[in-house]
Amino acid sequence: MVTALTVPHGVDRYLGLFNPLWSVGEVRAAIVAVAHHTPDSVTLTLRPNANWQGARAGQYVRLAVEIDGVRRTRCFSVASSQHRADGLIEISAKVNPAGTVSGFLKRKALPGQIVVLSQAEGEFVLPDELPGHILLISGGSGITPVMSILRTLIDRRYPGRITFLHYAAGPEDVIYHEELTDLAAAHPRFTLAETYPRRHGRFGRDHLAATAPDYADALCYACGPASLLDAVGALWLAEGIGDRLLVERFATPAPVTGTGEAVGEIRFVRSGISAPCDGRTLLEQAEAAGLSPEYGCRMGICHTCTSVKSSGAIRNVLNGTVTAEPGERIQLCITAPCGDVELDM
Amino acid sequence: MATRARIPQLSPEQLDELGRELDAIRRELVADLGERDAAYIRRVVTLQQRFEFLGRALLWAGWFPPAWLAGTAALSISKILDNMEIGHNVMHGQYDWMGDPALNSKMFEWDTVCPSEQWRHTHNYVHHTFTNILGKDRDIGYGLLRMIDAQRWRPYYLGNPVYAFVLMVAFEWGVMLHDLEIDRIMSGRRKWSETRGLRRRMWQKGGKQAIKDYLLFPLLSGPGALATLTGNATANLVRNLWAFSIIFCGHFPDGVADFTEEECANETPGQWYYRQMLGSANIEGGKLFHLMTGNLSFQIEHHLFPDIPARRYQQIAPRIREICERYGLGYNTGPLGRQVGSVWKKIFRLALPPSRDRMPAGAARRTRLRALSGARGAEAA
Repeated sequence: MVTALTVPHGVDRYLGLFNPLWSVGEVRAAIVAVAHHTPDSVTLTLRPNANWQGARAGQYVRLAVEIDGVRRTRCFSVASSQHRADGLIEISAKVNPAGTVSGFLKRKALPGQIVVLSQAEGEFVLPDELPGHILLISGGSGITPVMSILRTLIDRRYPGRITFLHYAAGPEDVIYHEELTDLAAAHPRFTLAETYPRRHGRFGRDHLAATAPDYADALCYACGPASLLDAVGALWLAEGIGDRLLVERFATPAPVTGTGEAVGEIRFVRSGISAPCDGRTLLEQAEAAGLSPEYGCRMGICHTCTSVKSSGAIRNVLNGTVTAEPGERIQLCITAPCGDVELDM
Repeated sequence: MATRARIPQLSPEQLDELGRELDAIRRELVADLGERDAAYIRRVVTLQQRFEFLGRALLWAGWFPPAWLAGTAALSISKILDNMEIGHNVMHGQYDWMGDPALNSKMFEWDTVCPSEQWRHTHNYVHHTFTNILGKDRDIGYGLLRMIDAQRWRPYYLGNPVYAFVLMVAFEWGVMLHDLEIDRIMSGRRKWSETRGLRRRMWQKGGKQAIKDYLLFPLLSGPGALATLTGNATANLVRNLWAFSIIFCGHFPDGVADFTEEECANETPGQWYYRQMLGSANIEGGKLFHLMTGNLSFQIEHHLFPDIPARRYQQIAPRIREICERYGLGYNTGPLGRQVGSVWKKIFRLALPPSRDRMPAGAARRTRLRALSGARGAEAA
């Protein structure tokens, strides 16, 4: 009935008039606190609306904010405990000097602002039955999902051992330094090793030997820069214990370099077709790959061919603008790929 | 290209230069889009919602004549804003850059019986790509009317003013049926069975709209059902009269040029801009008037840059006008009364068969050629 009365716009469009958090199905959240634990990070505490179904420890959300009128979406791991009593969630973002969203959150996020969230996603989660020893390895902002796992284990009064090996430039660069130190002091079964590569060297077997010599028996969660994850992965693989390692990689945005040369590959995700880029527009290349996307004017005015680009950088052939926003809607007839591109078609 | 007395001709070099100038304006506008444009369209959406609430609420007391009048007026304004400054412009992709699903061209549905998906085909693609090309742009007469001299006269067109009047009153239904191409079905060029999917979606969208306005809201009004029903019907009618008038002023006042398919074969970007400029007409007015027309009062600017937020047209209009003057192209504009009057004069005039002394030279020549060749659009360019 209510739906029939709000035809054709839907209920959400009217609910927003009363309260920006109200929505039938969309997860929206209000920022309730903004903290700056380190010079290059920002920690937000969010109150999601009733549509939020909760996150398991280690999962991430896609968070959308509007910057200069444009909605930008990025993935952030939830750092808070799965059992947090007040229902709030926390995310921490490391500020990337060239990053639109993290920089905006650092400078402009204020309590009261509304952001849009996805439901939680990701397989970097605890098993139903917990093993006796859990090893956490993280580097830089990779601390966020393992922090969530750690806080969740503490809230559950996990009876096993937790070893946490974290890599950072120095203690002042560890977002949760104080909390971690306090937790380590309060819980004898929790061992914390903050590691500073400039002093202690890069990750290696010697670091494990010093903090968790029985690492082969532990269930290990690792998150951080690619170099760290590659090193951890190689070691676990070499020891034949790869099935006891879970890794979370933050997808790094595609580098924006190309000028539309024929490099890289186009992946048409839904049809499962891939084709090497040949420098023509995405519409022409999709057609050449045997797809028949909807199109109209083929000159950029009618928007019939607008499609979702999941990832990659593209160039508008009319004005030369290059963009690399994940999930942006693009006009196939006037865009050419700059390297690898994924299209949702 | 055919030489026609009333259409100024430009050299290929001039056309290329025209294309470059307009491309530069486009780039400048695109680079400047941001916060203010986003805030503007959201303000208009909020305004529309408030008028809608106000209208529906007042019509609950619709048995009281002043409430009926005010409620119907508010609902009419809401529907006009929804269709023109919001629906028309959002569905052109003017706000796609914002990445907001609620303002995305492919996801937006508007408060009128025509499914937005079908309208995007007939309007964004067919009309905007082939503006004023006889035989290609189906907005020329909507398959019903004779709106340009080059359409061959038939006795059927004696009813031109009557058809136009009916189309104006039932405009939303006319827009809905547009994609069926009934004229082509009647003449056997399109099979009725081809339109099954179209008809199903029209039935669904039209049905939902009708149930809302003519059943649910009246029922919710209890004893005031009849007042709500008539209020809703009147609001839809007011929106129809307004939308028809504004839209017909966009391409049919005196002095607007039409083109043949031959003239437009292998068009360069400059020629495309040239056709959009000569094939459109503006209406003069104040800020509020422009808002209520969805800035379609800047039809020339809209046709040059259909996917640039419409609030920007006003800002570039003086520059477009200056460009038109510099190239000797007419910039067709006038007050609403004059443009509407000119459209209706044309509707009446074109009901009658052409007489040589009344017709512009080019049109007379083309009618003669068409009579000789006997086929629409077969004359040489």
